Amino acid sequence: MKIRLDNVIKTFDTFRAVHGVSLEVESGELIALLGPSGSGKTTILRMVAGLEYADGGHIYFGDQDATDIPVRDRGVGFVFQHYALFPHMTVAENIGFGMSVSKVKREKAAIAERVNQLLKLVRLEGLGDRFPAQISGGQRQRVALARALAVDPKVLLLDEPFGALDANVRHDLRRWLREIHQELGITTIFVTHDQEEALDLADRVVILKEGQIVQQGTPQEVCREPKDAFVLKFLGDANRLAGEVSGGIARAGGAEIAAGGASDGPAEIYARPRDLDWSAEGPGVSATVSRVLDRPGERRVIATAVTGEPLELDVDPEREIAAGDTGFVTFRRAKVFAL
Amino acid sequence: MAHTASRKPPRVGDSPIFRRSLIGVVLILGALLIVAPLLVIGHEAFKQGWKVYIDTLSHPDTRHAIMLTVITALIAVPVNTAFGVAAAWAITKFDFRGKRLLLVVIEIPFSVSPIVAGVAYLFVYGLQGLFGPWLDDHDIKILFALPGIILASMFVTAPFVARELIPLMQAQGRDLEEAATSLGASGWRTFFSVTIPNVKWALLYGVVLCNARVMGEFGAVSVVSGNIRGQTNTLPLHIELLYHDYQAAGAFASASILALLAVFTIIAKVALERRGAGRRKTLSDAAAPTGP
Repeated sequence: MKIRLDNVIKTFDTFRAVHGVSLEVESGELIALLGPSGSGKTTILRMVAGLEYADGGHIYFGDQDATDIPVRDRGVGFVFQHYALFPHMTVAENIGFGMSVSKVKREKAAIAERVNQLLKLVRLEGLGDRFPAQISGGQRQRVALARALAVDPKVLLLDEPFGALDANVRHDLRRWLREIHQELGITTIFVTHDQEEALDLADRVVILKEGQIVQQGTPQEVCREPKDAFVLKFLGDANRLAGEVSGGIARAGGAEIAAGGASDGPAEIYARPRDLDWSAEGPGVSATVSRVLDRPGERRVIATAVTGEPLELDVDPEREIAAGDTGFVTFRRAKVFAL
Repeated sequence: MAHTASRKPPRVGDSPIFRRSLIGVVLILGALLIVAPLLVIGHEAFKQGWKVYIDTLSHPDTRHAIMLTVITALIAVPVNTAFGVAAAWAITKFDFRGKRLLLVVIEIPFSVSPIVAGVAYLFVYGLQGLFGPWLDDHDIKILFALPGIILASMFVTAPFVARELIPLMQAQGRDLEEAATSLGASGWRTFFSVTIPNVKWALLYGVVLCNARVMGEFGAVSVVSGNIRGQTNTLPLHIELLYHDYQAAGAFASASILALLAVFTIIAKVALERRGAGRRKTLSDAAAPTGP
């Protein structure tokens, strides 16, 4: 089912949570709404579900205007951040709940069979008789997903699906969710504040800031061509240097970088730790090493530029470097944004 | 105990003298203030033997008082339960203007002396009161009759159920109801198969407390009932009347009935607390992950 949001607005009391968001989600697509807290991503998801009504604009499911369809009849599967499993029902009863309350009556045996299928799909065979309090966080997550899938939703909506899980479980579940999506081909929107999760899982990432879409595109597009400094910084660690652009070249503290499309005048230059390197000779930004952090894959050098700006760069693990060394930070690549 | 204590560094108030005197004071005061009066009731009620006890209780006026109390409870408790559930639902599941005000209003009966409530009802429904003349014209009797007694009892016990439910339902949030609705459940279905099962012990606890208070209410009811023997006397009023008539045995026999009700209430309350009702945090930890 294709989903289209047309200029959707939501205001809470006096706080405008969502400002005129328009978005298209193709049928079968898996997209991430990514943004810091307060960016309106969860509100958008809840409006698509019908748990929140839009103050303005329209939401279309296919060709149908779904803006005023109540959540009960909207046919969405919603996975809550804290799963919202019914604590007084077993796992099987939780999964079967949607089918047993449905207007379309089903026989008990048919429901039980479908519950078993779903338990198999989410790899929880044999846990149907447990209560939510008796299973682990990752298992609850999968029960919540099975429960949402049980009603054959047109759209699957997940609010911070892995937010409450520890890193290892999170990683496995991410891969697993991608597999399930591949298998079922259901249009899926999920909300996250974790850029790694969004880039890892989604076909397309929608980046939000203060209730508006800043940029949307495939993970490759948003990573390689961030539209502005906010997107660039939000997607990962970045160093910022003040500079000056003239004639297509940005200059900062002795380093020269191709300015891309930035117009002449003052500019800010962003580079990720991987995009910088350390060298004994210039040209580059003259700097002093203040600390070296050793990590499994690289050495993170924390240095201070002559201009006083802090810089962080990653060098190969074999590299000999220590606090107090002086030298030059050189640029492999960087993004320049005119101020 | 002594040698265990000596191995551990002493904590504040951990000296044997302090501990023993504290426990002793509590036990003595508890015995004097609570246990002794209850024992006296039992003793006085049966002092002249079973026959007198049964006779007093089977006196028409006493039987009527018991009946009246039961009828009052049968009406006031369900109404207040419905009110409490509705109020708790409204306050915890919806956002609206005046929500805080409603919370305060619900608590008023706790802070107002019941006698004030009774007097207020006099001014509203009494002959010289707001609706008095109109009620009189239409031949509707509220004061000095069953409706007045029920109204006064309901006023005093209005907060009990709501007070038990609100903290629990606030802690549970709206997620479960939203989940049920998104899965296609109707409002009633959500209420009965999701909301109620998760608050049932707290609800019962509130009902038990509410019932105990309705049956024992004296002040408010005494103002509005008019104390007509055999007509508008509830059990607590009847006890007072008997006592003033120097019928100690009768007063204590009737009091023993109320005390018995109280004991049943306590047993029910403790049983419910074991099930997780009451003020303690009772939300199942389903929402809180405990690891993979």
